[in-house]
Amino acid sequence: MNKRIKKILQQNEVYILIIIFALSLLIQFRSGQFYTPNNIVDILSAMVVPGMFAVGAFLVLLSGGIDVSFPALASLSAYAITKSLLDAEYSGNILVPILLAIVIGIILGSINGFFVGYLKLPALIVTLGTSSVFKGFMQGTLKSKQLAVIPSGMKKFGTSALATAENAKSGLTSVLPVAFLVLILVLIITFFVLRYTMFGRGIYAIGGNESAAYNAGFKVKRTKFLLYVFAGVIASVAGVIRVCMMQQAHPTNMLGMEMNIIAGVVLGGTSMVGGKGTLTGCMLGTLLIVLVENSLILIGVPVVWKKVFVGLLIVIGTAMSAYQVKRADKQRVKLTVDKEVA
Amino acid sequence: MEDYVLRAVEIEKHFSGVRALDKVTLEIKRGEIHCLAGENGCGKSTLIKVISGVYQKDGGIVEYDGESVEKLTPIDAIKRGIQVIYQDFSIFPNLTVMENLAINSELVENRKFVNWKHVREIAQQAIAKIGFKVDLDAQLGNLSVADKQMVAICRALMFNAKLIIMDEPTTALTKREVKALFKVIMELKAQGIAILFVSHKLDEVFEIADRFTIFRSGKLIATGNTEDLDDKKFSFYMTGREFDNAVFKPTNVTKDNIIQVKNLSLDGFYKNINFAVKGGEIIGITGLLDSGRTELALSLFGLKPSTSGEILIEGKETVIDSPQAAINSGIGFVPEDRLSEGLFLERSIGDNIVISEIDKLTKKGFVDKEKYEREIQRWVSELTIATPNADNAASTLSGGNQQRIVLAKWLACEPKVLILNGPTVGVDIGSKHDIHSILQKLANAGMAVIIISDDLPEVMQNCSKVVVLRDGQVAGELDTNDIQERQIIDIMM
Repeated sequence: MNKRIKKILQQNEVYILIIIFALSLLIQFRSGQFYTPNNIVDILSAMVVPGMFAVGAFLVLLSGGIDVSFPALASLSAYAITKSLLDAEYSGNILVPILLAIVIGIILGSINGFFVGYLKLPALIVTLGTSSVFKGFMQGTLKSKQLAVIPSGMKKFGTSALATAENAKSGLTSVLPVAFLVLILVLIITFFVLRYTMFGRGIYAIGGNESAAYNAGFKVKRTKFLLYVFAGVIASVAGVIRVCMMQQAHPTNMLGMEMNIIAGVVLGGTSMVGGKGTLTGCMLGTLLIVLVENSLILIGVPVVWKKVFVGLLIVIGTAMSAYQVKRADKQRVKLTVDKEVA
Repeated sequence: MEDYVLRAVEIEKHFSGVRALDKVTLEIKRGEIHCLAGENGCGKSTLIKVISGVYQKDGGIVEYDGESVEKLTPIDAIKRGIQVIYQDFSIFPNLTVMENLAINSELVENRKFVNWKHVREIAQQAIAKIGFKVDLDAQLGNLSVADKQMVAICRALMFNAKLIIMDEPTTALTKREVKALFKVIMELKAQGIAILFVSHKLDEVFEIADRFTIFRSGKLIATGNTEDLDDKKFSFYMTGREFDNAVFKPTNVTKDNIIQVKNLSLDGFYKNINFAVKGGEIIGITGLLDSGRTELALSLFGLKPSTSGEILIEGKETVIDSPQAAINSGIGFVPEDRLSEGLFLERSIGDNIVISEIDKLTKKGFVDKEKYEREIQRWVSELTIATPNADNAASTLSGGNQQRIVLAKWLACEPKVLILNGPTVGVDIGSKHDIHSILQKLANAGMAVIIISDDLPEVMQNCSKVVVLRDGQVAGELDTNDIQERQIIDIMM
């Protein structure tokens, strides 16, 4: 086989893309509703918040860690910001809420970063713990309850349209919110950080071989700390955007998202033990999860079956990548044996 | 005065009261290949860490290029031209070769951003220095061990290295790869770079080193030119014991075969293998890496069941299709990679010893604590396992002692046949001799022992006959009394 084709076929992204395409065709044939402008726009808009969460989860996984606290972090941050701006009768634009989100994200993310980076505690335990603390703080100290009204600036940001699409047949229109640009911005920044900064390469290096990273002169503790801060900021901003897009602050409806988000990232080819994964794969995996969550209903799959589908996807997806690793190993063994003979 | 790259004089180092280095001295001349040898735990690694700035010394003088340095950090050491290539190479399997090569210098230059063109240039320069050919865009994890090592060497060369320290560089390499590595080392020497080569393999020391230094239990035992060293002295310096390298003469050979293999085949790996072993005999099976020797061993223990042929145990045809079946027919197996296949590293030494006979140590279905402890004590003393406490994790032991545990584990179920795949790979001389004498004792007690090994001196010394495999077939069955090593090699190739 051609070497280049072989290389392409070894990439997880290709398979995910094929699955996405097949699923979309299935939905299209059964309902005729997939490739309509408004559905595409709906999916893009549904990608915004999960997409941002996925980027944070992806970065942490890449370093060999895991973060399950981001929904709780986002909820706490978004609720605190909305509530305090309401109390202050804030009527300005979106900039202040976003800035506040960045500040709170830094503070909460640095709690994770301190324990995981500087105290070297296991990331899963730490983030399970902080997740609980964030939730408790929001529900106990802030006495959170649903806020049906949000500050006008946030509301305006959530509704202002980047593009509108109309379905010629049904007459339904869908709006792509300006918030979509935030996702794009996060993706661009993350891409740049990962590819062109020593911090980003450090994340890959630590995920690949932590002690080698230390020997080579990476500041492992600091890199990890900053990484969790960065992930915290992304999650926090995503939380505020979610509130803007929903036009209300519901304290608990983001909780529990971590499983599907992490599943999407892993489906996209990110290794659970760190070091391997691409931003493209991360987005494709998330897109697949979002598709299943949002579009299966178009072909009449009852909502209760959604979870079954997501579960199946995860099992099949991980089995596939495990199979690929096995095949690559076999090839490697063969290679060394061939060399030995030669 | 002679020109030394490095002088470490009367270095002392303590760890919580334990003296790891007791006034040891190591002097390396410019451009020489110096071998540092000693058994596990003799202080080699500690000294390397002192030299390279990872540990701070408690006493003594370290001089680089004639300049005495009091306090040293790893970065200082690198700037002074000292490079260490650790056993695990300190590489990133998930990154490309190019990035692995360049990452250190990027960090030393304290860059914040990555310029990929610059990275490629650095990498190209690095491999050009020793003419190493590799695909810079390949993922490092997909390279062979030897190529990974070359990457580590190239990376080390980038900082105008004057001294490269290689910590047991040949452990994971095949014979051919070792040859290639030695060629590179000679080239580096020609460029005026000194090499400190840490090894406990005698033949390597003779082959490559100009001078040697040997430590034992944290003390300097001997140093000098390799010409003045011979086998006997080397083993004595290393262990403080004299060994007779006498060839094993079986004394208690049974009349009948304990295990006989008839026309055994495994598709794609080996075919029509025939041999037989009597009780009290030690036989060797040898061959190149792809000769099928490892697969044959796995088949005899049911891990990779053969596809045709027969295995006869004490004359009875026996189906061995699983390790359980092998154990039930009285076959014990010591795997090649004892760490991942033979031991529960995190469990205690005791647990590891009794694991395969646990069924015998129960009372009413529960483990009988008293019997359990007694059994452990018996094996620890019988096999002279050096440990203060059998409750310690198996990972705390040296290679030789770990191998003894694997042995103990099998002996505890009293096998009739014991198969060992590479029994002394990565084990130091003293332990090697001990393991050999344990095997010889077992044979004399009536066990049939099969050693699968490419360590020919080992085969010659212990086995009464050797089956040589080539391309999955028996290329010869030889009586070790009649032949020389050379003849075995000729048949192997």
